[in-house]
Amino acid sequence: MRYSGLKVITEGLFGNKGWGPAWRSPEPKAEYDAIIIGGGGHGLSTAYYLAKNHGLTNIAVLEKGYLGGGNIGRNTTIVRANYFLPGNSEFYSHSLKLWEGLEGELNYNVMHSQRGLINLFHSDGQRDAFARRGNMMISQGDDAILLDRDGVREHLPYLDFDQTRFPIYGGLLHPRGGTARHDAVAWGFARGADRRGVDLIQNCEVTGIDIENGRVRGVQTTRGAIRAKKVGIIVAGRSGQVAAMAGMRLPVESHILQAFVTEGLKPVIHHVISFGMGHFYISQSDKGGLVFGGDLDFYASYAARGNLPMVEHVMEAGMTLMPMIGRAKVLRSWGGIMDMTPDGSPIIDKTHIDGLFIDCGWNYGGFKAVPASGWCMAHLMATGESHAVARRFRLDRFATGHLLDEEGTGSQHNLH
Amino acid sequence: MRIDGKGLIDRTRRLSFRFDGTTYSGFAGDTLASALLANGVRVLGRSFKYHRPRGILTAGSEEPGALVEVLEGAQQTPNVRATVQELYDGLAAQSQNRWPSLKYDVLAVNDLLAPFLGAGFYYKTFMWPRAFWERLYEPAIRRAAGLGRLSGKHDEAVYEKAFAFCDLLVIGSGPAGLMAALTAARAGADVILAEEDSRMGGRLLADTGEIGGMPGADWAAGVLAELAALPNVRLMTRTTVTGAYDHGTYGALERTGLHLANPGDLPRECFWRIVAKQAILAAGALERPIAFPDNDRPGVMTASAVRAYLNRWGVAPGRKVAIFANNDSARATADALAAAGVTVAALIDSRADVSVEGPYPVYRAAQVVGTHGRHGLDWIAVRDHNGERRVEADCLAVSGGWNPTLHLTCHMNGRPVWAPGIAAFVPAPGAVPGLTPCGAAAGVFSTAGCLADGARAAGVALAALGHAAPATPEVPRAEDGAYAIAPLWVVEGKGRAWLDFANDVTVKDVRLAAQENFAGVEHMKRYTTQGMAPDQGKNSNIGALAVLADATGRGIPDTGTTTYRPPYVPVSIAAMGAGGRAEGFAPQRFTTSHDASVARGAPMIEAGLWYRPSYFPRPGETTWREACDREVAWVRERVGVCDVSTLGKIDIQGRDAARFLDLVYTNTFSTLKPGRVRYGLMLREDGLVMDDGTTACLAENHYLMTTTTAGAGQVMRHLDFVHQALRPGWDVHMISVTEQWAQFAVAGPRARDLLNSVLDQRLNPGEWPFMTCGAVTLNGVGARLFRISFSGEHAYELAVPARYGAALFRDLVARAETMGGGAYGMEALNVLRIEKGLITHAEIHGRTTAFDIGLDKMVSGRKDCIGKAAAQRPGLLGPEREQLVGLRPLDHERAIFAGAHLYRQGEAARRENDQGYVTSVCWSPTMHSYLGLGFLRNGRARHGEVVKLADMLRKTEVLCEVCDPVFFDPEGARARG
Amino acid sequence: MRITCPLCGERDRREFYYYGADDYLRRPGEGAAPAAWDAYLHLRDNPAGVTRDLWYHDMGCAAWLVVERNTVTHEVLSVRLASEAEEGAA
Repeated sequence: MRYSGLKVITEGLFGNKGWGPAWRSPEPKAEYDAIIIGGGGHGLSTAYYLAKNHGLTNIAVLEKGYLGGGNIGRNTTIVRANYFLPGNSEFYSHSLKLWEGLEGELNYNVMHSQRGLINLFHSDGQRDAFARRGNMMISQGDDAILLDRDGVREHLPYLDFDQTRFPIYGGLLHPRGGTARHDAVAWGFARGADRRGVDLIQNCEVTGIDIENGRVRGVQTTRGAIRAKKVGIIVAGRSGQVAAMAGMRLPVESHILQAFVTEGLKPVIHHVISFGMGHFYISQSDKGGLVFGGDLDFYASYAARGNLPMVEHVMEAGMTLMPMIGRAKVLRSWGGIMDMTPDGSPIIDKTHIDGLFIDCGWNYGGFKAVPASGWCMAHLMATGESHAVARRFRLDRFATGHLLDEEGTGSQHNLH
Repeated sequence: MRIDGKGLIDRTRRLSFRFDGTTYSGFAGDTLASALLANGVRVLGRSFKYHRPRGILTAGSEEPGALVEVLEGAQQTPNVRATVQELYDGLAAQSQNRWPSLKYDVLAVNDLLAPFLGAGFYYKTFMWPRAFWERLYEPAIRRAAGLGRLSGKHDEAVYEKAFAFCDLLVIGSGPAGLMAALTAARAGADVILAEEDSRMGGRLLADTGEIGGMPGADWAAGVLAELAALPNVRLMTRTTVTGAYDHGTYGALERTGLHLANPGDLPRECFWRIVAKQAILAAGALERPIAFPDNDRPGVMTASAVRAYLNRWGVAPGRKVAIFANNDSARATADALAAAGVTVAALIDSRADVSVEGPYPVYRAAQVVGTHGRHGLDWIAVRDHNGERRVEADCLAVSGGWNPTLHLTCHMNGRPVWAPGIAAFVPAPGAVPGLTPCGAAAGVFSTAGCLADGARAAGVALAALGHAAPATPEVPRAEDGAYAIAPLWVVEGKGRAWLDFANDVTVKDVRLAAQENFAGVEHMKRYTTQGMAPDQGKNSNIGALAVLADATGRGIPDTGTTTYRPPYVPVSIAAMGAGGRAEGFAPQRFTTSHDASVARGAPMIEAGLWYRPSYFPRPGETTWREACDREVAWVRERVGVCDVSTLGKIDIQGRDAARFLDLVYTNTFSTLKPGRVRYGLMLREDGLVMDDGTTACLAENHYLMTTTTAGAGQVMRHLDFVHQALRPGWDVHMISVTEQWAQFAVAGPRARDLLNSVLDQRLNPGEWPFMTCGAVTLNGVGARLFRISFSGEHAYELAVPARYGAALFRDLVARAETMGGGAYGMEALNVLRIEKGLITHAEIHGRTTAFDIGLDKMVSGRKDCIGKAAAQRPGLLGPEREQLVGLRPLDHERAIFAGAHLYRQGEAARRENDQGYVTSVCWSPTMHSYLGLGFLRNGRARHGEVVKLADMLRKTEVLCEVCDPVFFDPEGARARG
Repeated sequence: MRITCPLCGERDRREFYYYGADDYLRRPGEGAAPAAWDAYLHLRDNPAGVTRDLWYHDMGCAAWLVVERNTVTHEVLSVRLASEAEEGAA
């Protein structure tokens, strides 16, 4: 069923009885050509592009809970391509281009909104670092504009320019940066994959990975054994547990990242704003809620909930930067489980087991990567070769020292 | 309509207030909602999506519809629950989410378009043409969405945060909470009793049952008097416990000043962090609506809210009130109304097997199938076995049963359990360690049951605290009726039946979600937006999942709930962020010379948490560059003085101190003799450069390490780690003395002359060679002198106990000025170090190795050190690495910028061609040229090559010659001389 | 979140700095193979359950602590000084 404005009107006229399921709920088959473990954003987009780009349609996505129930269902929805290290730059650039065509591609309105992202800086040193970043973005073919203090004031007149603890020197504007409706991305890819024949199997937890003579043979699940010659592990937040089923120990530590949304308000914030000194970033959703977040809680955890010190720190950052939001009330907070790697960059690679692939380590930047991660993981699983824009996301790069450390904070997992 | 003789309001204190520009009056003790009801105002706002008129549904913080903006001069607070906002004289409020007026709202047209605006419609449209999304569709959606408005002005009001500690936190002060607090307090426990309402008592204030032979409210008053007199009890009204966190920590919001016309010194709100060894959840239960056609019309309320307005506030919400229920509890509403002389139009009970008697018409096995009235309820349609009839009523009190207020028990991922007997979820046992739910919050609904359960819960908490609990707590007699309910979630009929009144989610929407296979409760919630409105689903969650369970053929327990997350009620950012305004966001660190620098007009800039002078302007200078050039020239030609106290200083002592330094530095310190100083490079264990600085050997087994300003904290932590975790047996002790010593650089050809004018002893040429240190005195005050240089000049750093810092700085600067020099700031310091190719964190930014910065020879081959092994990884070595170089524009006067990238001459500035980047630049008055430091691929082998420096942000391209990073005095003769 | 420092007593989490798993206590010796360093610096068991990790009482006594803790429930099972960890572990 194709979605369109006309379809919405005709269905509305006839009681909306004709809307079919967005996806089927099939029983798992005994064997597939490929299995994706994990029905989050990355798993679903991998399945979609395996079917779309590589014609591989006899595949299944196995999801322990419900589709899109992990970090794609709980994030601050920021979409950007503003990295400065070769290896990251081209990947996120590719991802942003995919975002820009996603509604048409999926026939699903993911509400990708390129309202502009402004990263604020608060010292000459930070300005220089953002200039380095902005120049890389432009040299990669993306967009960046260096704003001085007055330039920031023109865009964001409501910031506190007079009293804030870390005065605003300027900002790096990334006009094509923005947000998207996070759940819709998962659902759009799910529906697209389903329409191409992919079996999306929910409430199906993988409990083991079958390996014979160094080759993957399939998986054990709570709904029985399923055979496949190719298996992709795409379970950020649980990567370590699933990889351990294949005897792997990953360069990943799991951490909690909290985020917050306020009650609905009439539009007041028209950009995505990032305040580095406070680890605070904010935008306003189309429904009117202020969506914002901060830094990790910093201790390893799988609890998917956080504690007050970081909650308060985030609110304090908001109050020093833009005290006009003081009377907005936080409606809900939540915590996601982040795969933190020793350089803050992700992994899309083969493993030491033939036919077993892994896509993990997205730290807290996985949402914007969803289209390109699926694109590149599908390429890897279909061809056995890394895609050109993801060739540096290697599993062994920590051992070899080919690091992609944008923060410069080193091998301590939680500092990225 | 006020009812004489009822209510806990003070009828002697009349308060005037405004709503939407009209002036009304109420009484002290009113909420905005009760006062508006008393004045006959029924419509307070508009719903989110369809802009339907919204009245008052509840009498508490769970209110979904009666949200208003409260005005305070130019400031305003959006989405205020009229049901919680206490009335004060002069209160001004206005309705929200309507234009141009509450009565005539243009976007009410959305209601006519409802067939096209069902669940998730926006995912299926607005996709074509693509450019229209940002230009047309999205702005229109954004304007229509949202509820209240922020003023856009800084919130200048006062907010506070505070900590509190107790043995037992009791949450809620109804019969269960009061009984629990009383039992625990009498046993001697430190108790905090937190109550969301402005008055303690919970349902006892709204109901008329008796406890111990007296009205419940009187019993509550007696208990509260006893509690208030106990020194181990703290009573906190207007305090909502908002979140349960680890290890007995609870967040709580106190509405300190929101009820006052003039709060004076009181903050508006205070956010508490309460650390409780034990806690009792006695938060009661929330009555839920029933989904029947057009059940959102103003005038439709929960039955318990009608009772509360009548008994607590002396207000009848209607002249003719009908009651519609599926359980026993609503009968009390009918009886109370009848007793108060309000016409009870009908009691409609959906159950067939009940016997109800009363001085009002009773319909059994009946349902409300429609509501009518233009701007509020006029009549309802009732259907029973006799067919449909019209019942005139301007208020309909609905009870669909009760949901225990168990939200806090879910904050640590606890999953509530379905209790079929009460058709509701109850808390899972042990869901939050140390938290015992009791009373209605645990599904116990009779007053007697709540009292007994409160005493039981107190016993559990006291036992855990190690207090002796009373063997048989005295529990007074009270109503102990059974609670019978026959679940009724949806009444089928013509028209939409609302589940989520705020977000306009109807039964049809939930069914459509199921039809489209958004069949799990999480998918349904996300697809329909049910539960995402300001009431956080408190009124709709259970009803919606019951509809979903029915639509999917699963039972309610299998369908499960979505997860309740903090906060329990929405909490303002200002309250949780109290103290963060302006300078409060982070500590401020000031050097001893701060005041003197400010007095000299120096702009102070942030350096980490410190403030340092940027430059010291002189009359006649119009730009910072003029001041900077002058200060550089002073240092190069005469003498300059600079406060360097912000650098970290770590005192290290012990028999193994030298070995320890050998381990943490790449180079060797065990060969350093007393009185000597050595530059050291420190790596992280992953092999990249962490920090650098000088370490002085003050005496045998006694060293003073300096770190960069930015790295001080990290280095201290690192040294503690290496010692305590890796070499715990070594005899080495260390402590930060950064704050204890004020330290000043004295640099320039006349540095020695300047020092000789202040020191008690004389520095003779030939003594105190470069990289030495020792003790000196000034006017008898012990000081430390280091012959070190960050400028490349003949220079010293003089350290005195911090209490002498301010005086010494003034003295040094004054003397320098008599010698044709003076104070210099960060700008000049930066130029001086760039001229010398000395690195800062602009270069050691966490991605560079000793090899990259050309200091790999400093990594001693004769010993292990932290980071040595990992630095040997192949990716960190070799010609592919970007290495530190100097850059000088061919046209020396062409400005260059840090952050620019480097390309081969003639190649396009594209990522594939990237050769490196620029980290630091300056105008060098010494060299009469712009200078840059940067990292260039295989750069050390490319000295002499001309590269293109491209800065696309500033739209400049400059050709630069690659050279050694040391531009000035490469032999270092001046520093040594 | 509360942690009981063996030297200072029970304190709020905000006084502590978190480093990572207690793998960091077992630094490879000189000449260890690159794989040992990779394991030491990067690879983690990362259990969903009981773990032991390193905290620093940054705003207190500057002690490094080994905290035995459950990463799913956040329950703290024990806290010891890192300087005494090896004896304790033996």
